[in-house]
Amino acid sequence: MRKDYTLEKRKYVIGGFITLIVIIYVIRLFGLQVGDVKYKESADSNAFLRRVIYPARGLVYDRKDRLVVFNKPAYDVMIIPKDVVEFDTAMLCESLGITRQQLAERWADMKDTHKNPGYSAYTPQKLISHLSQEDYGKLQEKLYLLPGFFIQKRTVREYAYDCASNVLGNIREVSADDIEKDRYYRRGDYTGDLGIEKSYEKALRGQKGVEILMKDAYGRIKGKYENGIHDEAPVSGHNLKLSLDIELQKYGEELMRNKIGAIVAIEPETGEILALVTSPNYEPSLLVGRERGKNYAELVKDPYKPLYDRSIQGAYPPGSTFKPTQGLIFLQEGVVTTSTMYPCYHGYVNGLRVGCHGHASPIALKPALQTSCNAYFCWGFKNMIDRRGTKPGDQFTKWKNYMVEMGYGYKLGVDLPSESRGFIPNTDFYSKSFRGANWTANSIISVAIGQGEVLATPLQIANLGATIANRGWFRTPHVVKEIADSAIDSKYNVKHQPHIKRQYYEDVAEGMRMAVLGGTCRLANIPGLDVCGKTGTAQNPHGRDHSAFMGFAPYNNPKIAIAVYVENAGFGATFGVPIGSLMIEKYLKGEIDPSRKYIEERMLNSNTIIGSGVKKH
Amino acid sequence: MVSKNTDAGVSVFKAIDWVTIVIYLVLVSFGAVSIYAASYDFDNASIFDFNESSGKQVVWIGLSIVIGFMIMLTDYRIYKTYAYPIYIVVLFVLLVTIFIAPNINGSHSWLKLGPVSLQPAEFGKFATSLALAKLFDSYNFTLNAKISNYFRALIIIFLPIILILLQSETGSALVYLSFIFVLYREGMSGLVLFSVLCAVTFFVVAVKFAEPLVLGIPAGEFTVFLLIMLTFALMLLFYCRDIIIARNVIYGFAGSGVIVAALELCGVQVNGYAYFISILLLGAAYTAIAMFRHRITKFLITIGFAITSVLFLFSVNYVFNNVLQPHQQMRIKVALGIEENLRGAGYNVNQSKIAIGSGGVTGKGFLNGTQTKLKYVPEQHTDFIFCTIGEEEGFIGSTLVLALFLGLILRLIHIAERQRTAFERVYAYCVVSILIFHLGINVGMVIGLCPVIGIPLPFFSYGGSSLWGFTILLFILLRLDAARKERMD
Repeated sequence: MRKDYTLEKRKYVIGGFITLIVIIYVIRLFGLQVGDVKYKESADSNAFLRRVIYPARGLVYDRKDRLVVFNKPAYDVMIIPKDVVEFDTAMLCESLGITRQQLAERWADMKDTHKNPGYSAYTPQKLISHLSQEDYGKLQEKLYLLPGFFIQKRTVREYAYDCASNVLGNIREVSADDIEKDRYYRRGDYTGDLGIEKSYEKALRGQKGVEILMKDAYGRIKGKYENGIHDEAPVSGHNLKLSLDIELQKYGEELMRNKIGAIVAIEPETGEILALVTSPNYEPSLLVGRERGKNYAELVKDPYKPLYDRSIQGAYPPGSTFKPTQGLIFLQEGVVTTSTMYPCYHGYVNGLRVGCHGHASPIALKPALQTSCNAYFCWGFKNMIDRRGTKPGDQFTKWKNYMVEMGYGYKLGVDLPSESRGFIPNTDFYSKSFRGANWTANSIISVAIGQGEVLATPLQIANLGATIANRGWFRTPHVVKEIADSAIDSKYNVKHQPHIKRQYYEDVAEGMRMAVLGGTCRLANIPGLDVCGKTGTAQNPHGRDHSAFMGFAPYNNPKIAIAVYVENAGFGATFGVPIGSLMIEKYLKGEIDPSRKYIEERMLNSNTIIGSGVKKH
Repeated sequence: MVSKNTDAGVSVFKAIDWVTIVIYLVLVSFGAVSIYAASYDFDNASIFDFNESSGKQVVWIGLSIVIGFMIMLTDYRIYKTYAYPIYIVVLFVLLVTIFIAPNINGSHSWLKLGPVSLQPAEFGKFATSLALAKLFDSYNFTLNAKISNYFRALIIIFLPIILILLQSETGSALVYLSFIFVLYREGMSGLVLFSVLCAVTFFVVAVKFAEPLVLGIPAGEFTVFLLIMLTFALMLLFYCRDIIIARNVIYGFAGSGVIVAALELCGVQVNGYAYFISILLLGAAYTAIAMFRHRITKFLITIGFAITSVLFLFSVNYVFNNVLQPHQQMRIKVALGIEENLRGAGYNVNQSKIAIGSGGVTGKGFLNGTQTKLKYVPEQHTDFIFCTIGEEEGFIGSTLVLALFLGLILRLIHIAERQRTAFERVYAYCVVSILIFHLGINVGMVIGLCPVIGIPLPFFSYGGSSLWGFTILLFILLRLDAARKERMD
């Protein structure tokens, strides 16, 4: 048969056709494999389960190396919804110890994008949190029947002492806000809430690790990817050593039971806080585990506001605990000398009247501190502000600057969240409140005795005690003494020194010593401890006067400075002094002398909440 | 060669086309390795095991080589002599299969013979090729001599198609449509091929671009109308070779387009259907009047082409929605990117693209593919075997495989054209057509360019029937080609 050569050319069409197809496919392959990285990512999200390994959170010790906060294991049941196949609900419920209905609710909550905005069928979702060790064991055996389920091990906090919840804080699951602020967090992580758990979060949390597991198309785990060479081990958090003496803290909380208020004890030399008591408070273990949400809501609703840390957040009229500051300013400004005497006719009478109690008149600075004479400080204040040849506004600014130097009016900078700044008015404040009218010392005279506009936190009051104890300087109070492997913030080592001579501090300290020996603080006269102190009885709009005490001990080479503030408990001498003196004695001597046991009894058993006139909010 | 008749065996192995043999061996070995990789399990990393698919495939490959060897030892003349009997026997087996095959996923295409399962459709390919070759080798047979020759060829092609469709193996049945290349090579008008190309293009464009509306009609249909106008004008120009008529028609189309655009700008709504149909009718009428001076056949074909195109366009939606089954519609939509359907029809293709795409340039390395190992790609050792290559060997490996196939096909075209008789040549083109179809559709579906049609990748996909079918197909060709040299000597 003759060959048809025109038709033979058609081989080029056929050959060309398949060549074209292959070229198109090679271009497509190039696009898929070289041009587009999204397939690589999809492949990874298909095949890899990035299981987070949570590091152990740092432990917390007190200043005497007693373990305060530690970790215990807890287990979260996680699922990847798309991998979950039909399973035996009854078996799961039995292993988890929950009812079928609870499971259904939990399941619905997990899928509800309002409650769980990060929901995705493709990523691990938390179904049940905080499984106990026992339930975990039961579930572990059944896990092979439950494709798409896995268990995430983590730790929760456990507390050795049932106290100091305000200092310790707690941990909670991160919010969307936290994730927004710090990319370290992923949904379901924990972060510190309140206390040092919050302020030292970065030191405590450590570094998460990750384990890359392979899962097949049915969600079954098929071992570690490349034998785990891409895994990252978690790094444990740093341990913290608190400056608190946890036994003293506990004793303080016992003394404050059934009272509203705060105790702050500071080691003057270092600024380390020895006890930071707020009352009422709550058991730290309430905010751990599955019941956290419910308990937290109850604490928020509690009319006595246990979540409110009165020791650093409460801004109170400092009352007579304020008087030493006034004495210091008068001496430094040359308004008085230690021998200057002012009259007291049962009070300051000069166009208006500020009451006082019976004592000799006229009176000099030290006895005035000893007896807490209102008139002396009003006169002093008047002579300073209304000084001839000066304007009250300028003089008041000077006064305010001294107060700020002494740590009032601004946050001291304690290493805890939500510290309050108290309040020290400035000249502008009064110019505004008197609407530009001329004002004089008499217009604002109550400031001189720690009433009126001035407000201070118990921490600021204790800090004054520490400053006087040091005879003129203080270090910023703080609750963490050491962070394992790294130094605490250097700002806690800086000596702050108000522009007041050391000699004047000696004078004030002597006055405070006299108050203990033969004045308002006689109950604090513990043989051998040389306590110095100042009472405070602060009028307030909420009911009975607040009872306050500020002091330090021993007189020479002091080891502890303290502030006690008991709301609506009457005279400073009735609650402030006994509680303060017991704390000092406990700290310095380790126990209460039998001769003073009756005071301790009275304090432990008294209740100032009932009948204090405080209204439930 | 002195003793060519006494020592046929030796002479055959001298005359054999070793290029093809080498490519064949490379492909089947690569295939066995890929199947090992595809069925490898991270948990039970077994050494080679004859109970695993890869082990079995090695057995199939060994048997294939024996089959190939035996074919080489046969007398080449038996294929021509027994072409029709072989065809009829295979047709009979296909018929019987419909009734006795067990139902496997809705299809009745597997025959169980003791421990072995065979898919007769795989053997229909070489039988049909032989029969078609025999037909074209008939005395004084040319396709275009009379119209009944077309019918005879089409009957040979469509009998197995019908039987395989009755087995519900649509994919295997469609393979036989590839014989259109054989008919084309043997004289069928190129217009048919062109029409098929146009039909596919029009179908894709019309189905894919249902939105937005242009001139009140879907953008896809609008585009197809433009394409029809374009082919009409181009056919006048290059097929009818009448520059004047073509020019006038182009001016007419362009002018009407300007008018329509102007009307639209002035806010007058023009209906697309009305416009296109009237302008095409005008064009056809003008051509009909103007063509009287010429040979009218080509003009009639051109006009007929345009009219058929319009009718085809109007039937596309009907066919798509009413003739195709829902799963077929979905597969086409997935391939055209209209729907993703990741949980359903699109799952395979999406996972397959992920597996291939994650391979990168050099691939993840042998046995390191996560997607295929962890069973994300279904059918990964049969129809989707190309994924394993894409994931583990990357762009370089998959391009190499495509290049090997292209080399094989071009080599076979070369072999076809060096035959001196129609029987060998037609048979060779049958092999070429079948390989083109399998390669084009299988790789196309795996990389998401074609709808999913379940047919294997030749020499690669797991399975004895498929491998043996292709081996027999190829080695008969090599035997016939070797005979050419024997006779030359």
